[in-house]
Amino acid sequence: MNFSEPDPMVPQPYKVRQIWQETHDTFSLDLEPKGPSLHSEFAPGQFNMLYAFGVGEVPISISACSKNGDGWIHTIRDVGTVTHALHQLREGDTIGLRGPFGSAWPIDESKGSDVVIMAGGIGLAPLRPALYALMESRKNFGDIALLYGARKPEDLLYTDEFESWRGKYGVQVRVTVDNADRTWSGNVGVVTTMIPRVNFDPLQTVAMICGPEIMMRYAVLELRQNGVSEENIYVTMERNMKCAVGFCGHCQFGPAFICKDGPVFRYDRVKPLFSLREV
Amino acid sequence: MKSLQSIIETHPFFKGLDEPYLELVTGCASNVRFNAGEFIYRQDEEADTFYIIRQGKVSLEICQPGHEPMVLQTVSEGEILGWAWIVPPYHWKFDAQAVELTRTIAFDGKCLRNKCQEDHGLGYELLSRLLPVVGKTMDASRLQLMNVYGIKSSEGV
Ligand SMILES: Cc1cc2nc3c(=O)[nH]c(=O)nc-3n(C[C@H](O)[C@H](O)[C@H](O)COP(=O)(O)OP(=O)(O)OC[C@H]3O[C@@H](n4cnc5c(N)ncnc54)[C@H](O)[C@@H]3O)c2cc1C
Repeated sequence: MNFSEPDPMVPQPYKVRQIWQETHDTFSLDLEPKGPSLHSEFAPGQFNMLYAFGVGEVPISISACSKNGDGWIHTIRDVGTVTHALHQLREGDTIGLRGPFGSAWPIDESKGSDVVIMAGGIGLAPLRPALYALMESRKNFGDIALLYGARKPEDLLYTDEFESWRGKYGVQVRVTVDNADRTWSGNVGVVTTMIPRVNFDPLQTVAMICGPEIMMRYAVLELRQNGVSEENIYVTMERNMKCAVGFCGHCQFGPAFICKDGPVFRYDRVKPLFSLREV
Repeated sequence: MKSLQSIIETHPFFKGLDEPYLELVTGCASNVRFNAGEFIYRQDEEADTFYIIRQGKVSLEICQPGHEPMVLQTVSEGEILGWAWIVPPYHWKFDAQAVELTRTIAFDGKCLRNKCQEDHGLGYELLSRLLPVVGKTMDASRLQLMNVYGIKSSEGV
């Protein structure tokens, strides 16, 4: 046993460096390690288990590194007991954190290819670090497209970053909402309708998709119709999890454990399980 | 200057259409542009035109008395606008408004219908291009109805 590594089952104390509202129901937490600085390395797509003391623990993806490199940012939608408790935190408060855990988006494997990123709702949070990684070594990739859908314009995340993604890094950013009033001058329609509107070579494209399962299913269908092969499509699977390290079986998804084998999976490997009603 | 026919044949909707059919549809076509904010057609009006969009963006809106108009879909470059011109009783179900400067090719709906009636081969070509668009729009509407991003849905990560 390596005594220098923290026990993956024991939450480490982290301080809330900053908390801010992203949308009406979604906020971001910037967390810094308390005490000796732990490593902040992670692979885009990985998640942490955030523990609100006395309330419970939830898996939350890392949505960025903290600006000074010491800690992580998480973007969280307030949907229930634990996420609501996390929403109540204030700067200086302490929470428990275990991680990072799980598999990653295929950044290295995408070198030399075009990349299509499709996100729905809060699904942009785990994809943002992937986008950052692609932009960081922009010249290693061909066309990059981000297709992002949300319910309404006010639900869109990270809108203040879109211009730099477009202008500085030449990412084709296409945003769409399910419905809007006339003040919205962007696209209205489901995110899959954006696929024909961006440039990519389907035979040399890696697609990364994160969003509601039903959206991902349609996205895969549409990408397949456009000629992207199943081996080049990556999706995330969400199942409730407890231990996050493959012990407890709570997040078992067929033969795989979401926590340690996922949450990012190559589509052809989870295809038989992907559309099952209950797994 | 590009001829009307060459513009039509490069639009994705008409891609691959045989020359004689292209000539037939071009006979019903004209170049039309709309400024931002301009209505292209209004709900319940007679649907007498079919548009292919060359540039710009159009919103399809539904208006209920006492409510703000709601945008249900936008269509843009490379897409088509409206199929009510081919489905009786030929009335628009929504308002269509240009969101930005929009360049289209507009086809006289009656002219197209007559030509389809006279030449079923052309009718088949047009319908087999229209139906996938209608099908995709139906799929999209169902997804929108499901409110997949809502709190109680089975949200992905
Ligand atoms: C690997 C992984 C990564 C994740 N990353 C993120 C992330 O970056 N940001 C984030 O906000 N969430 C993320 N989630 C989802 C997050 O873990 C859940 O939203 C959280 O566990 C809900 O716990 P709760 O106690 O707040 O809600 P609960 O009290 O357990 O649930 C309350 C109600 O909310 C509904 N609900 C639960 N989860 C969701 C959900 N995800 N979306 C919509 N409704 C829900 C339930 O059906 C229930 O009705 C991730 C999940 C996994 C498995």
